[in-house]
Amino acid sequence: MLNYIKLIVLAVLTLLAAIVANFARDLPYAIHMIIFAIAGAATFIYVLRHTNDPPRPEPSGYNDAVIRAGVIATAFWGVAALAAGVLIAFQLAYPHLNLSLGGGYFNFGRLRPLHTSAAIFAFGGNALIASSFYVVQRTGATRLWGGGLAWFVFWGYQLFIVLAATGYLLGVTQSKEYAEPEWYVDIWLTIVWVAYLAVFFGTIVKRKEPHIYVANWFFLSFIVTIAMLHVINNLAVPVSIFGSKSVIVLAGVQDALTQWWYGHNAVGFFLTAGFLGMMYYFVPKQAGRPVYSYKLSIIHFWALIFLYIWAGPHHLHYTALPDWAQTLGMVFSVMLWMPSWGGMINGLMTLSGAWDKLRTDPVLRMLVISVAFYGMSTFEGPVMSIRAVNSLSHYTNWTIGHVHSGTLGWNGMIIFGALYFLVPRLWNKKELYSIRMVSWHFWLATIGIVLYASSMWVGGIMQGLMWREVDAQGFLVNSFADTVAALHPMYVARAIGGVFYLTGAVLMAYNLRKTVTSVEDKTTPDAAVAVPAE
Amino acid sequence: MSKKDTSNTDPNTTGHVWDGIEEFDNPLPRWWLWTFYATIAFAIVWTILYPAWPISTKGATPGLLGYSSRASVAADIERYKQANAAINKKLTTVPLDQIEKDPDLVSYALNGGASVFRTFCAQCHGSGANGNKGFPSLIDDDWLWGGTIDDIYTTISHGIRYASDEDTRDSEMPAWADQLTEQEIADVVQYVRKISGQKADAAMAKAGATVFGDNCAACHGDDGKGNRDVGAPNLTDRIWLYGGDVETLTQTVTHGRKGVMPAWAGRLSEAQIREVAVWVHQQGGGE
Repeated sequence: MLNYIKLIVLAVLTLLAAIVANFARDLPYAIHMIIFAIAGAATFIYVLRHTNDPPRPEPSGYNDAVIRAGVIATAFWGVAALAAGVLIAFQLAYPHLNLSLGGGYFNFGRLRPLHTSAAIFAFGGNALIASSFYVVQRTGATRLWGGGLAWFVFWGYQLFIVLAATGYLLGVTQSKEYAEPEWYVDIWLTIVWVAYLAVFFGTIVKRKEPHIYVANWFFLSFIVTIAMLHVINNLAVPVSIFGSKSVIVLAGVQDALTQWWYGHNAVGFFLTAGFLGMMYYFVPKQAGRPVYSYKLSIIHFWALIFLYIWAGPHHLHYTALPDWAQTLGMVFSVMLWMPSWGGMINGLMTLSGAWDKLRTDPVLRMLVISVAFYGMSTFEGPVMSIRAVNSLSHYTNWTIGHVHSGTLGWNGMIIFGALYFLVPRLWNKKELYSIRMVSWHFWLATIGIVLYASSMWVGGIMQGLMWREVDAQGFLVNSFADTVAALHPMYVARAIGGVFYLTGAVLMAYNLRKTVTSVEDKTTPDAAVAVPAE
Repeated sequence: MSKKDTSNTDPNTTGHVWDGIEEFDNPLPRWWLWTFYATIAFAIVWTILYPAWPISTKGATPGLLGYSSRASVAADIERYKQANAAINKKLTTVPLDQIEKDPDLVSYALNGGASVFRTFCAQCHGSGANGNKGFPSLIDDDWLWGGTIDDIYTTISHGIRYASDEDTRDSEMPAWADQLTEQEIADVVQYVRKISGQKADAAMAKAGATVFGDNCAACHGDDGKGNRDVGAPNLTDRIWLYGGDVETLTQTVTHGRKGVMPAWAGRLSEAQIREVAVWVHQQGGGE
C-alpha cells in the first residue's frame, strides 16, 4: 500500500516538475526543473521495479547500506571539492586561468561557491549524515528509525548538492555566503533536513541504552540548529514560481547580521558541533580508551551551544552594524574559547594511557592531529574576533588561512580518520588495504595544511599591513594592485599546499576502494545488534 | 566541580557503556575552569567599558569609555587635518608653478589629487585618465586648451562651454551641413586624412585643401596644427577626440562638436582644484 502512495506522489511530482520546466522564465530554472523531473522519474521506476522485493536484513542488524552509500559519497565529493579548491587557488595565482576556462562558466566567481559548498555541504555534510547514522545506531543499540526514510535523506541530499553545484555554474545565486542556493533549492533542503531530523530523533527515541551518548547530543544540536538557521536566513519571496530569482525578506544591516548569524553558526554547528559528535565516537573507539571526563563533556556542550549562537556579529566589525552589537559579538567569541577547548581536552586526554598507539596507528594519528588543529583554530578564532586584531585581519587572506586550518585540519582530517575506521567495518573486511598508504596520506595532508596556513598567515598579515600603511601626511602608501602583486608567491605556495592535500585524498580514495575490492572478508561478522549494557 | 581529587591516575568511570565506550568521571581541569571564568569576567568588564547592552529602543549602554567607531574615525581624520593644516594653507597660497618645486607640497598635492580625480573625474576621463571618445586623454602631450599648470587649473576651475560659469572656456566647432555641399565635406575629410598621415584619395584631398583654407584654417590654422586659444585641436598628430576614420570625420564636419566639461570652482575647494591640477600636470604630458 505504501508503495502505491509513493508511486502516485512521485508521478505527480515528476509531472509537475516537467510542466514547470516548460513555463520556466530562465534557462537555469528550466534545467533544474528537468533535473527534478529526471530524479522523480528515476525514483518512480526504481520503486516500481522493487515493489514486491522481500526485505533484506543485514547481518549486523543495523541499517548499514545507507551508511555505505554515504561513505562513498563522502569520498567522492571530498575529492571533487578539493580539486575545485586547487583549481581556484591556481586561478588566484594565475588570473588568466579565469578567462581561458569554459567561456566564463568556470571563472573564480562561479567556482568559489562551488568549492565552499562542495567542501562544507557535500563532503562535510555527507560525512556528518553517514557518521551520525552509524553512531546513533551503535550507541543506541537499535536500527535506524523510519525504514526507507534514511534513503530519502541520502538521495535527497545528493539532489540538493547537484542543484546547488549546477546552479553556481549557471549563475543562480542569492549572494549570501554559504547560503547561495535560491528559494526552490532551499525548500527542497528543508524537506530533506526535516526527514533527517525525524530519522535521527526517531532512532534516539527508540534506543535501547538508558542514556544518550554525548556524540548524539552534539549531532542532535547540529541538526536542530542548522534547520533553524537555514529557514530564517533564507526567508525570501520568489519573483515568480516559474523563475529562479527571489528577493530576501530582510534588507540592509539586518540582512547582513542575519546572514552572519547564519554564517558563523554554519561553522559553529555544522563544522564544530556536528564534528565533535564524530570526534566523541571515533577517538575513543580507535584509541580503545574511555572518554576523559563526562563532567567536562556536559559543561562544554551546554556552554558551546549557548555561546556560539551570539558570536556572529564579529564578522561585521567596523561596518554599519551598531557598535554595541560588535562589542557583544566580540565578547561572546572570547568566552567561546574554553567551551571549544573542552572538546579538544576530552579528545586528547582520552589518549592518556594510549599515546604509544600513535606510533603504530596512522588512523589514530589522523584523528589526534585533527583535534590539535581544532584547538588551534578555536583559539585563533576568538583572537581574530577582538576588534583591534580584526581591524588588521579582516578581508585579508589571514581569514582564509584561519578557515582552512579549521576545515583542512580539523574537519578534513577527522573525516579521513572516520572513513578509514568505517570502511573495513561496513564492508566486513579484515583490515585496510594498506596502512603505509594511510601514513603517506597523513604526511601529505599535514604538509599541505602547513603550506596552506603559513602562506596565508604571512600573506594575510602582509596584506593587512600594506592596506593600512600611510605616509607622514596620512595618505595610503599602497594601491590595492600593489598588494595583489606582493601576494603572488604566497598564492603559489598555497596552491601547492592544496595539491599536497588533494593528492593525499586521492590516495585515500584508492586505498578505500582496494579495501572493498581486494581485502579478504572477516570470517566472523560483527555481532548482531549489541545488547544494551545496563 | 568542588571535588578535591584532580589526579587522573585511577579515576572511576561513570558506569555508562555505549558500544564499548566508557567515560571517566574526571573533574573539570582547574586551569580550564579558571580560564573560562576569566573570559567571562573579561566579557563583563568589557561590556561595561564599551557600548554593549541594547536596553531601550533609544539605543544601547554607551560604555564608560565613551567609545564609538565613527567618532574614532572622525578623530583620526581630524588629527591628519591638523597635522596637514600648514601644508594645506601653503598649497592654496603659493603660485601654481611653485607647487611642484616643493617635495612636501607635491607629494601632498599628488596624493590628494589622485583621490579627487578618482572621485570626480574618472567617470568621463577614465580611471587611468586615458580618456574616452569625446573625453580627452590626459596622459599624452596633446592639449586642446593648453597643458601648463595654469592652463589646466583654469580649465578645471571654469570648465569648457559650461553655460553657468561666466569665465568658462568657450568656442564652437560649427556644423557645416548648411555652408558646404556634401562633395565639399567629402573632399575636406580626405584632406584632413592626408595631413594626418592617413590613407586619402589624392584628387579629393587636393580639392579639399581649398575648402580647408577657406573655412577651417581660421581656427585650425593654415597647417592644421590647431589653436589653443580657441580649443581647436591639432589635426595632424593622429590623436583624435572623436575619431579619425572617414565616417566620424564626416559626422564631425557635418554636424559640429560641442563637448562640455563642468566648472569645478565652488564644487571642489581651492585646495582640491590645485591638487588635481598638479596630478593631471604630472601624468606625463604637462608643459
